[in-house]
Amino acid sequence: MNILVCVKHVPDTETAVKIGSDGKSISTQDVNFILNPYDEYAVEEALKIKEDKGGEVTLITLGPEEAKKTLRTGLAMGADKAIHLPCDAPPDSLSIANALAEVIKDIEYDLIFCGKQAMDNDNAQVPIMLAEKLGLPNVSAITKLELEDGTAVAHREFEGGVEVVETSLPAVISAHKGLNEPRYASLKGIMMAKKKPIEDKPCDCGDAAIEIVDVTYPQQRAGGKIVGEGTEAVPELVKLLQEEAKVI
Amino acid sequence: MSEEEKFDCIVVGAGPAGLSAALTLVKAGVEVAVLERGEYPGSKNVMGGILFTPVLDKLLPEFWKSAPVERFVTHRRYSVLSKEGEAAFDFKTAAYGEPDYNNSWTVLRAKFDRWFADQVEEAGAMIIPGMMVSELLVKDGRVTGVKTEPGGDELNCDVVICCEGANSFLAEQVGLRKPHDPKHLAVAVKEVIGLPQDEIESRFHLNGNEGCAYEIFGQAVQGTFGSGFLYTNKESISIGVGSTIHDMKRHELNPNDVLEGFKKHPAIAPLVKGGESLEYAAHMIPEGGYSHMPKLTMSGLILTGDAAGFVNASHYHEGSNLAMASGVHAAETVIAAKEKGDFSEATLSGYRDKLENSFVFKDLKKFQKFSGFLNDNPHLLRDYPDSIIGLLTDYFRISEKPKAQIEKDVIAKFRREIGIINFAKDMYKMWRATR
Amino acid sequence: MKVLVFAEQRNGEFRKAAVEALCEGRRLADGELIAVVIGKGAADLGGQLGAYGADKILAFDHDLLELYSTEGFTACLQKAAETVSPDAILMAATAMGRDLAPRLGARLDVPVLADVTKLSFTDGNIEAVRPVYAGKLNVTVRSKKSPGIATTRPKAFLPTEPDGSKTAEVVAMDAAVGDLKARVKQVQSEAEGMIELTEADFIVSGGRGMKSAENFKIIEDLAKVLGGAVGASRAAVDSDWRGHGDQVGQTGKVVAPTLYIAAGISGAIQHLAGMTSSKVIVAINKDADAPIFKIADYGIVGDAMEVLPVLTEAIKAVK
Ligand SMILES: Cc1cc2nc3c(=O)[nH]c(=O)nc-3n(C[C@H](O)[C@H](O)[C@H](O)COP(=O)(O)OP(=O)(O)OC[C@H]3O[C@@H](n4cnc5c(N)ncnc54)[C@H](O)[C@@H]3O)c2cc1C
Ligand SMILES: Cc1cc2nc3c(=O)[nH]c(=O)nc-3n(C[C@H](O)[C@H](O)[C@H](O)COP(=O)(O)OP(=O)(O)OC[C@H]3O[C@@H](n4cnc5c(N)ncnc54)[C@H](O)[C@@H]3O)c2cc1C
Ligand SMILES: Nc1ncnc2c1ncn2[C@@H]1O[C@H](COP(=O)(O)O)[C@@H](O)[C@H]1O
Repeated sequence: MNILVCVKHVPDTETAVKIGSDGKSISTQDVNFILNPYDEYAVEEALKIKEDKGGEVTLITLGPEEAKKTLRTGLAMGADKAIHLPCDAPPDSLSIANALAEVIKDIEYDLIFCGKQAMDNDNAQVPIMLAEKLGLPNVSAITKLELEDGTAVAHREFEGGVEVVETSLPAVISAHKGLNEPRYASLKGIMMAKKKPIEDKPCDCGDAAIEIVDVTYPQQRAGGKIVGEGTEAVPELVKLLQEEAKVI
Repeated sequence: MSEEEKFDCIVVGAGPAGLSAALTLVKAGVEVAVLERGEYPGSKNVMGGILFTPVLDKLLPEFWKSAPVERFVTHRRYSVLSKEGEAAFDFKTAAYGEPDYNNSWTVLRAKFDRWFADQVEEAGAMIIPGMMVSELLVKDGRVTGVKTEPGGDELNCDVVICCEGANSFLAEQVGLRKPHDPKHLAVAVKEVIGLPQDEIESRFHLNGNEGCAYEIFGQAVQGTFGSGFLYTNKESISIGVGSTIHDMKRHELNPNDVLEGFKKHPAIAPLVKGGESLEYAAHMIPEGGYSHMPKLTMSGLILTGDAAGFVNASHYHEGSNLAMASGVHAAETVIAAKEKGDFSEATLSGYRDKLENSFVFKDLKKFQKFSGFLNDNPHLLRDYPDSIIGLLTDYFRISEKPKAQIEKDVIAKFRREIGIINFAKDMYKMWRATR
Repeated sequence: MKVLVFAEQRNGEFRKAAVEALCEGRRLADGELIAVVIGKGAADLGGQLGAYGADKILAFDHDLLELYSTEGFTACLQKAAETVSPDAILMAATAMGRDLAPRLGARLDVPVLADVTKLSFTDGNIEAVRPVYAGKLNVTVRSKKSPGIATTRPKAFLPTEPDGSKTAEVVAMDAAVGDLKARVKQVQSEAEGMIELTEADFIVSGGRGMKSAENFKIIEDLAKVLGGAVGASRAAVDSDWRGHGDQVGQTGKVVAPTLYIAAGISGAIQHLAGMTSSKVIVAINKDADAPIFKIADYGIVGDAMEVLPVLTEAIKAVK
């Protein structure tokens, strides 16, 4: 089975993101970028299938030159090769999905994995839009997957339960936390990754379909008060919740 | 990579020592891999203050034009604190404001080390972050490679340069170093506090990219054997305290509380006021100096930087330049060993000779008695600051008392609290300890 | 401005968040407000939406639409959009809405403003505020194409009181569902009476400090007394003390209850990403320096195992 995994280069979740000087983007100075955590689940799932059924895992990213570091991270986990679509500032989801689809339509694959959501703009849209552009079914935010002949059965959580979805293949499937436990790259994996091929393919990320008006910091929560220590503080807390906060 | 692939040299740790070693090696065509346990080089590094750069400027000439340095240090200040007061020696010169900027830069290591590592990688070294060396592989008394975590993979090489910093448990594993003596191991905690750039410049009287370095004794660390420090970055200040573990224990102090107390001191509070805490970290500093140095080499292994205890713990407070210099010397030793095809201890001990001829050992020797001296005379840092500031407080107090009377009283108090003979003795001892 | 709102329902019940989206649609639309209801029995259900200000209901009723399917629902919405040519299309940012909106957007070749917390029309296009970087920043974005599509974050928009005197015209639509490549085979529902985290007004969450799955009983007891739901930190979920669905935070759910009680949770940035929009936050932690206290309105320094049962009793007494 040949599997494509779409991955994105995003700021580490620990990073204190700052607004850039244009007031419309983030300052990437001093920011540590990583492989989007949801994409780790996607890569892991693809590797498990490859180990089980054979085939090749190809990573694809649209992003700046530095995004190749993220591709190396996925290659170090065990992916076979990677495609880099150069684009200094990936625009909105629709434009990214269009650009990815344009390249992917000429590649042979049996299945496409994505992460549920990129931990930068938290859009959770690219996989679904990509599926539409490729004319494929999609199953988003899955926590369990079983492959059968030509079909896949996946679990996706919704408010109040789990939907068990059956889809024909190929499909675009996006991974949620819980799907698997991503592996650590081994030293051998990391060293081998440095020698695996990364192919640059020109791409057109087009005109953005969304205009960014401004970026601001949300209002900070003011630190509250320590009511007291241990069980003795409980009556006071209850009183405050009733009389001051008026929530119970 | 084939199973047999083997590097000429493995460097453990991508700090100043490791990166200087690796850069020197790749420039000479030696195949080198640098393993760093942090998520990226610098992610775990804590240094609070001045990066001293004479060696770096040779490795990467005019590095400051592209490196993420914060400020060049033109302003140095030493002071002692009592509970209420401060007495200071303050020095500033515009002469340090021109290339080479007196080789003194404030940096944030998370940024700087990453940049340095990028240069080294570009020069051809393989840098592998996120990988910890858990064990040195030893065969017949010779180090032959390393074992790594996560994964437990092994990697072979002719020689390992160990640049793992203060904890240096690998050096301990192979018996080059005994467990640390808490008298000679300091623990430092450091906080980075964000402030607007112009606020920093006006609070500390700095023009443009000038920076300052404050070293503060006495009540800064509640009279323990250590000091507080404060350095200016572009848009933040690094503030911290460090004292020997032994002394902290003896005084039943916790370094976090000491730092909190330091920040609240009336002489310090206005300097940090209104800032936003950006990061907080603790780290060890080996302060044993020349007399507590580990054995530096064995077949297939060289120790450098903090791992070898190369810190000048006097008022110079240098570790970064000793780390870089020792990294370069270790690399040169490896290059020579490679030419000979011999990595035995006999060949690698050439490293020691190089250090003897460099400022590394000369400085460590000069101050070798200093730390022992302060350990033996705890009253110098515990009692003197209070007494001296007390005397100055009396001396400058304005009242109807005639000045002659004030002088007399102050001298009498000085005799009573310290004593002229004791004071002269202490000063002489201090001078001797730095000869 | 004409606004189309997809009113999500499951088993004949509209989601709270769908009602919120509809009410926001009413505020936004100075012209017609059209609601779309999809599913079995949609025509009968749709009528009640008039009370929230919908002028017209487009009902897609079909056996194949009993359970959600991306393709089937997209086809319906596409048809609805073609029928009424709205200026904006809204739906709730629920599991369904966040799956459906991007598919519809891609089909109509318009972008989607996802998970927004504020909406307006500017120069004929929708403009929205949305939290990004796990809530570390807010970005104001404007769709450059029409119709603009947005998904509204649950609890970010206040619903209006229903007005029973208002009614809406229900139009039965022909559901051109076609061939579904992916379909829901089965729905595994949670136990009856469970309150969904993202909809709960009260949440009691436990972290690593709860020490075991058994100890979550204490959390459940308090949640029950409050009439709320149980949440968990990732550390608790990764220890298998709770299911993934209970995780609050960056890789879990984003919640905004009236009262959020965090017990034995340190307050890592990724956890905060999921709960700082709560109205009131209470933290119980035995470490006085735990970062959670920096954002909590009220804190008790103490052992959660001791404090929680006493708190449960005390609240029971006043409720
Ligand atoms: C608070 C503080 C203030 C200081 N102020 C100054 C100052 O003002 N001026 C000055 O010159 N010096 C100062 N120093 C000292 C200076 O930081 C050190 O001397 C210098 O960093 C030593 O460099 P190094 O490369 O030997 O070690 P480090 O910088 O400690 O680097 C060691 C590297 O090895 C990595 N590592 C460790 N173990 C392993 C392993 N097993 N496997 C893989 N990687 C590993 C670490 O993650 C780290 O990146 C200060 C130190 C502290 C703590
Ligand atoms: C990419 C990424 C995504 C993540 N996403 C999430 C996410 O969505 N949600 C999330 O929660 N985390 C997330 N995390 C993990 C997060 O970084 C923290 O590790 C996690 O939140 C810690 O959970 P905790 O507070 O329960 O545990 P800890 O940090 O271990 O804290 C336990 C706390 O319990 C206290 N305690 C111990 N015993 C008691 C007692 N008897 N009574 C009272 N208090 C006690 C302790 O003082 C401590 O403060 C993510 C991490 C990453 C890297
Ligand atoms: N620029 C990109 N290049 C490749 N894949 C991407 C890109 N952006 C998003 N994706 C994929 O789509 C998923 C969801 O991203 P998003 O819709 O941006 O939240 C990610 O987890 C990736 O798998």
